[in-house]
Amino acid sequence: MEFLTRLLAATIAMGTSLMYATLGEVYTEKSGILNLGMEGTMLMGALAGFATALATGNLFLAIIMAMIIGGLMSLIHAFLCVTMRANQVVSGLAITMFGTGLANFLGQRLGPASNNYNLIGTNLQAKFDNIAIPFLQDIPILGAFFNVSILTYALYIIVPFSWFYMYKTKHGLAIRAVGESPKTAAAMGLSVFRIRYLYTIIGGMFAGLGGACLSLSFTPSWNDGMTGGKGWIVIALVIFATWNPGKAVIGTLIFGGITSLQFSLQAAGVRMVIPTQFLAFAPYLITFLTLSVMTIINQNRKGAYAAPSALATPFAIDDK
Amino acid sequence: MEHITKHFPGVLANDDVSLELYPGQVLALLGENGAGKSTLMNMLVGLYRPDSGSIYIRGELAEIHSPQDSMALGVGMIHQEFKLVGNMTVAENIVLGLKELSFVPNMDEIRSRIRELSKRYGLQVDPNAVIHNLSVGEQQRVEILKLVYRGADILILDEPTAVLTPGESRDLNEILKIMLSEGKSAIFITHKMDEVIEFSHKVQVLRRGKTVNTCDTTTVTPKDLANMMVGRDVLFSLDRCPYNPGGVKLKIDHVTVSNPLGNRPYLDDVSLEVHRGEIVGIAGVAGNGQTQLTDAITGLVPISAGTIQIDGRNMTNATPLQIIRAGVSHIPADRGANGIVGDMSVGDNLAMKKYRTKEISKGMVIKRSFLRAFADKLIQAFVIKTPDQDTCVKFLSGGNIQKTILAREIDSCGGVLIAVYPSRGLDVGATEAVRQNLILQRDKGNAILLISEELDELQMVADKIAVMFEGRIMGIRNVKETNTEELGLMMAGHTEARRDA
Amino acid sequence: MRIALEKRDSKSRKMAVIIPLASFVISLILGALVLAASRSNPLQAYQAMFNGAFGNARRFQYTIVEALPLLMCGLGVGIAFRLKFWNIGAEGQYVWGAIGITWVMQFWKFVPIPMLLPIGLLVGMILGALWAGVPGFLKAQWSVDETLTTLMLNYVAIGLAEYLYINAWKAPFGNMGTPEFPRETWLPPVWGKVHSGIYIALALVVILYFLLYKTRWGFELNMIGKNPRAARYQGVSIKKNIVIAMLLSGAICGLAGSVNTAAIAHRLTRGVDGGYGFTGIIIAWMSGLNPFASILVAFVMAALTTGADALQIAMRLPESMGEVLQGLVLIPLLAGSIFVEHRLVIIKKEAV
Repeated sequence: MEFLTRLLAATIAMGTSLMYATLGEVYTEKSGILNLGMEGTMLMGALAGFATALATGNLFLAIIMAMIIGGLMSLIHAFLCVTMRANQVVSGLAITMFGTGLANFLGQRLGPASNNYNLIGTNLQAKFDNIAIPFLQDIPILGAFFNVSILTYALYIIVPFSWFYMYKTKHGLAIRAVGESPKTAAAMGLSVFRIRYLYTIIGGMFAGLGGACLSLSFTPSWNDGMTGGKGWIVIALVIFATWNPGKAVIGTLIFGGITSLQFSLQAAGVRMVIPTQFLAFAPYLITFLTLSVMTIINQNRKGAYAAPSALATPFAIDDK
Repeated sequence: MEHITKHFPGVLANDDVSLELYPGQVLALLGENGAGKSTLMNMLVGLYRPDSGSIYIRGELAEIHSPQDSMALGVGMIHQEFKLVGNMTVAENIVLGLKELSFVPNMDEIRSRIRELSKRYGLQVDPNAVIHNLSVGEQQRVEILKLVYRGADILILDEPTAVLTPGESRDLNEILKIMLSEGKSAIFITHKMDEVIEFSHKVQVLRRGKTVNTCDTTTVTPKDLANMMVGRDVLFSLDRCPYNPGGVKLKIDHVTVSNPLGNRPYLDDVSLEVHRGEIVGIAGVAGNGQTQLTDAITGLVPISAGTIQIDGRNMTNATPLQIIRAGVSHIPADRGANGIVGDMSVGDNLAMKKYRTKEISKGMVIKRSFLRAFADKLIQAFVIKTPDQDTCVKFLSGGNIQKTILAREIDSCGGVLIAVYPSRGLDVGATEAVRQNLILQRDKGNAILLISEELDELQMVADKIAVMFEGRIMGIRNVKETNTEELGLMMAGHTEARRDA
Repeated sequence: MRIALEKRDSKSRKMAVIIPLASFVISLILGALVLAASRSNPLQAYQAMFNGAFGNARRFQYTIVEALPLLMCGLGVGIAFRLKFWNIGAEGQYVWGAIGITWVMQFWKFVPIPMLLPIGLLVGMILGALWAGVPGFLKAQWSVDETLTTLMLNYVAIGLAEYLYINAWKAPFGNMGTPEFPRETWLPPVWGKVHSGIYIALALVVILYFLLYKTRWGFELNMIGKNPRAARYQGVSIKKNIVIAMLLSGAICGLAGSVNTAAIAHRLTRGVDGGYGFTGIIIAWMSGLNPFASILVAFVMAALTTGADALQIAMRLPESMGEVLQGLVLIPLLAGSIFVEHRLVIIKKEAV
């Protein structure tokens, strides 16, 4: 029981970070842009948030900075992919490379002079602590959902809203049209450029926020490469959730759960039937299998399970 | 629309064309491919801008810079390729991009309005249906609903019955009648004479960018229209050897190619024979199964019934490579997309058929020196105008691209040559070259299948003409024993039996 | 008045040379900004990096050694790219190469010592090939998106490798890592630190150049990549070629992994996923799929890495500066890539 509750708590904590970034990437990909720069963007967000919090002690400001930096990273990606119609895969990888390198670099230069300008090893006074809701937090196991940081509580509203936005509003309709058939969307008067720019940047802002969740709440500290590949899990999550913000929650809990399980087992030095490394790659394997099977089954029909048809294809207005 | 003129690089698409449309009227714009009909209409909906001339809508000068402008003026167009998002519902597609749409659209309200409009015009469509589950006819109705929902008064339909069954065409007619009774008008872009007679009040025939004639539909017959559209009979004849066909080289025997999307089969029990030293022309408006026929012969499309024999050998459903090895050369339609690899050089493109042979490669290796010599030979023989053989072929003019393809296919021809719309988009000189080459090959004893939309080309070049309509062969005639009227009627779906009706 | 991008009527050779050079310069400038913002002297830093990469013979050798796996992965990925097939799984295929050779070295006791290395390399190639062949087949047969499948499989391979060197195949002593390969199987050095893997890499360049530019198969691959429909009309089998190209692509990336493991680490251990696969993708893209150009690109990227290593020692700057510069070079390169086929035009108001 105890173990399960603790596992759930860890899952939720890590899941918060994953969830923000996943939501962001869902929107980006739904509009047709593949952003493989998640890992770098999240790391930059984590850095921005941490550095700001350390310097100013203002958590709110830290979150804002993380989002701004995340947005800027994706702005570069948007510019390259939408305006300059560059190869989206290479662009994403370049952003990851750049973002990871820059974050690690600055992480050792933006710190207090007292610590040799290094952010590694500093202590954060202000951080996002858990806020417990009385009574609700005592529910066995599920109580873990009510003893979380404000960042997570925010998700309880943001996630349903983003599902609603995508499927029930006219903007969501526009995004989906742009990602499926940009020519049709353009013919109907929508600006493909504007929509793709907007949601790529928003995706980056959310990714930055997701990164900040790590450095300001989950493990309040700074370390080289502290996102540890979560950016790639986010990419897998988006596919696994079939580009649906609602399903992303389930995926996050599953993937987050597997990863948390992996860490707690490693920490406990427990040797299980399933080695912890298998848990580490399980999310990717699951995603691979699900994607392949679903594509094979849905051969002649594009069901709700397919990627946005125009994903990663550049769109030029003058292509008649 | 008054005195509209429009140039494109190298082509005068519309030459001082004027058009008038009254409320409650259907105007048919008739003409062959390239006559300028689509260009004219594209200007009406703001996709192109005329070089000169003006457009008046309801008496006022209209400034149309985009589809949104035209929509605001009540003019909407349904293109041949529907602009629909496949995995969204009918309702979602109809309101997509609508400026007045609220943040959270009231889908119930929208759906009921759609149903109301459906009932009013007889457009049976379920607002909740997902587009890719709908038949082509139903999708077309969604497109019409889209225009009507946004208050369109003038509807432009581009080849609307090209994708419909006769039953669905009749439904479309009913729908239009209801709209016309409300004062709406429609313009049909078409090259089916049947469509003109059935649907329109007035018909305007365009040929090579100019208006040939405008008249009341009640005063013309299909024969008249065919004449106006296509021009006079054979302009002049080309030199050729006397017609002396050899044995049957290519035999198409009761071939059917099914259409997985339902409707009707692409090819319906088609039988045809091509002899050595003979050109068999296939006439018919594009979209009646011609490309499926050639794809079936060349192994690109599976045949569900019947056989194809080359020199008596069964080549039904063989692989493209086997068919090439059997001596079949193919000049495909849409040469840019199918006939050449645009980003490769002229020399490479010339070598694409024979690169497997000793002429160009030794074993696995392509000997560049052989290839260069080979390409030079062909460039000279066919007078292909190119700076050098290393230029990317996509930079050549249309005529020279076609010459490249011709050179490659003719040089490697092993007895059967299939040419699909070979002179489409070419100027007079290039067209001449194409036709002369075909006749030359026929004189050498090859069996040639020529698909063409231009009756005068077929009359000039072919020995026999078969007419295709809706996947069937309506009739086969010796070219000297028929005329434009008879062919035109068959192209429109009339068989001998119906001719007297 | 508006600015638009218009297609040129011929590929601009000028741009194809100017853009990469300009991008490099821009990246140096931007990098200098980053350095300056973090209280370091850019000139000094670049000097240190240059010295670090080329300063003396030994540093130069390190740069070459670093370039070899990059080159090979770039070549491997390049084959797939020729078909417009996005093999993002190079990293995983590389790892399988490492796993393969470790497997042979550790467990194939029946093989005589002199044969261990060649067989190990071969096994590495086969495993890499299979790991790429599966997504290739899925795409050829059922159109399963290859970008996503190859990407996912990377992490499966990396996780599996970790399991092996931490758990199943771990050497009895030490924290992690498989036992060391027998000394006799270590790739002999050619020049100082440069090992004989360089022969393999250069041989690959020549072989691939030959395959891609001189053989019928290379001709067909070119056709498929540039216009699959026309290729089909000429009788070329698209499905078969996708699978074959992917098998070859994976084999080469696997070979990179095997060679590098045999030459440097001599065991399977942490760090096997050193990013060579991912960087290989970028190298393939940058070198325009020309094998000889890959040599230059791989070398430059390697220089940035070894140069950055020296930064840490010389100026106590984080080595991540190397990654920053690598990323920075790419961004203007990506932006500029469109100008090879398009040009900027200013459109005045059109007449109505």
